[in-house]
Amino acid sequence: MADNTIKKIATREGYGNALKELAEEFPQLVVLDADLAAATKTSIFRKAYPDRHIDCGIAEANMMGVAAGLSLTGLIPFVSSFAMFAAGRAFEQVRNSIGYPHLNVKIGATHAGITVGEDGASHQCNEDIALMRTIPGMVVMCPSDEVEARATVRAALEYEGPVYIRFGRAPVPVINDRPDYHFEIGKGTVVREGSDVTIVATGICVDSALGAAELLAAEGISAEVVNICTIKPLDEDIIVDSARKTGKVVTVEEHSVIGGLGSAVCGCLCAKHPVLVKKLGMQDVFGESGSATALVKKYGLDAEGVYKSVKEFL
Amino acid sequence: MTNLELKKHANDVRKGIIAGVHSAKAGHPGGSLSAADVFTFLYFEEMNIDPQNPQMEDRDRFVLSKGHTAPGLYAALANRGFFPVEDLVTLRKLGSYLQGHPNMHIPGVDMASGSLGQGISAAAGMALGAKLQNKNYRVYTVLGDGEIEEGQVWEASMFAGFRKLDNLCVIVDNNNLQIDGPIDQVCSPYPIDKKFEAFNFHVINVDAHDFDALRAAFQEARETKGMPTCIVLHSLKGKGVSFMENSIDWHGKAPNDEEFAVAMADLDRIEQELAKEVEG
Repeated sequence: MADNTIKKIATREGYGNALKELAEEFPQLVVLDADLAAATKTSIFRKAYPDRHIDCGIAEANMMGVAAGLSLTGLIPFVSSFAMFAAGRAFEQVRNSIGYPHLNVKIGATHAGITVGEDGASHQCNEDIALMRTIPGMVVMCPSDEVEARATVRAALEYEGPVYIRFGRAPVPVINDRPDYHFEIGKGTVVREGSDVTIVATGICVDSALGAAELLAAEGISAEVVNICTIKPLDEDIIVDSARKTGKVVTVEEHSVIGGLGSAVCGCLCAKHPVLVKKLGMQDVFGESGSATALVKKYGLDAEGVYKSVKEFL
Repeated sequence: MTNLELKKHANDVRKGIIAGVHSAKAGHPGGSLSAADVFTFLYFEEMNIDPQNPQMEDRDRFVLSKGHTAPGLYAALANRGFFPVEDLVTLRKLGSYLQGHPNMHIPGVDMASGSLGQGISAAAGMALGAKLQNKNYRVYTVLGDGEIEEGQVWEASMFAGFRKLDNLCVIVDNNNLQIDGPIDQVCSPYPIDKKFEAFNFHVINVDAHDFDALRAAFQEARETKGMPTCIVLHSLKGKGVSFMENSIDWHGKAPNDEEFAVAMADLDRIEQELAKEVEG
């Protein structure tokens, strides 16, 4: 929602703050970074716990293996880099050194998607969800705001096994700051009820979906918005239930439409309750330089863009 | 343990390698045989381990970075008592726990491996984990000489040297042969010792098949403080089986029934010679 009065914080901030806040409660937590601590916000943790922060230098492949080894000594490593390098460059290390042995390693990948902005396509990872969710046993999460970002960090530390969490660079509205907010791995949330169409969104696109629902409501169209933070394991029940109710589904993600949330939702609905699905996201293209706001608008992932796409679909 | 006892165990390990690979009709005998003596030394002499309690908390750790030589590791583990020697012939068969490359479901295996270059990073992580938690156990990892062509090996070495991981012992099995040819003709990693020295390792060159030399090298590694140690093993690929020695052909091929008989006869002969040494 483009309301300037709403507080905006990047999910990576929530990540860095949560690491620091949870350090006492989880004495086994150690944090690894690859020369990006200031950007990934693990610097917040480093400042408070310098002895528990391990900078591996610009060597992500080794960092994943070091994390694997640390976990085998009973520590809980949170490994950080940009999504491009954590999921992209080090994919095979994550797959073979963390996923296959099913180790208790958490990957905090920041700077995911096009909202990286000005750095351009080389750094805008729109493929990480697809890559990570193909690894057997890997939990994949994509929080929608700072509140949810913190919740995923805690959930990851409480969970035994490999976890990938995707965080963003750009400040985004805080939408989950309410007393009854509750997070659980594998559980989606209906954040707005509706009856004409279901918009399933993840990450920062949940806010766009809510904004679109507002615009649709002004025209008498009732859109249900489902926040899927955990893309794997997917909350199939919440998606099927909503699809049964509305009969039409639109997915929204700051990620390629190939292999991400849209694919996961289609996989679920194909098998359990086939309905028409429109997938919004990066349509098999690379991003480009520009401000996060301008890029989200250009690629149709802001509230206005989602609204238009849903209208066309209906 | 005496050198003679070690030699006997090493010969049993070699028999286990040949039996497993022959039964599987696939696998990697050459590099398993070249590293058989170091596997034997590590599991029968050097490492603080307990076959009855593979997960013993403060045990020394081992990572087979050159995971394709699993037949050698499995034969050492079986002969040391981690699981029955008879199981070695189930290698690579559907339903067997003895997978083509090491995984976490095998008693005594501390880390899955097989994709080259990755094991050394995990070993460095284990060594750092020990340091962070004030534990005294040591971490050993065996790499192939072809494997060190992987860039990740040098990322890990930079990390281990910089972090002064003196509880880490990196062992390079320098048998000089990789799949596509002699390592100095494919993409030469030589000089191996000078490279590790440049990455702030203490480096020891040693004859891979001389237990006195291995004993001295591992002692020197334990006594080296402030930096990790790299032991470069000058080894013979296929060691112990006449037609496999120094032959690239036996990097990743199983012997047929006739070849199996010749290989076992070679190893039986060695066994008989070792038996005479006792008598003498």
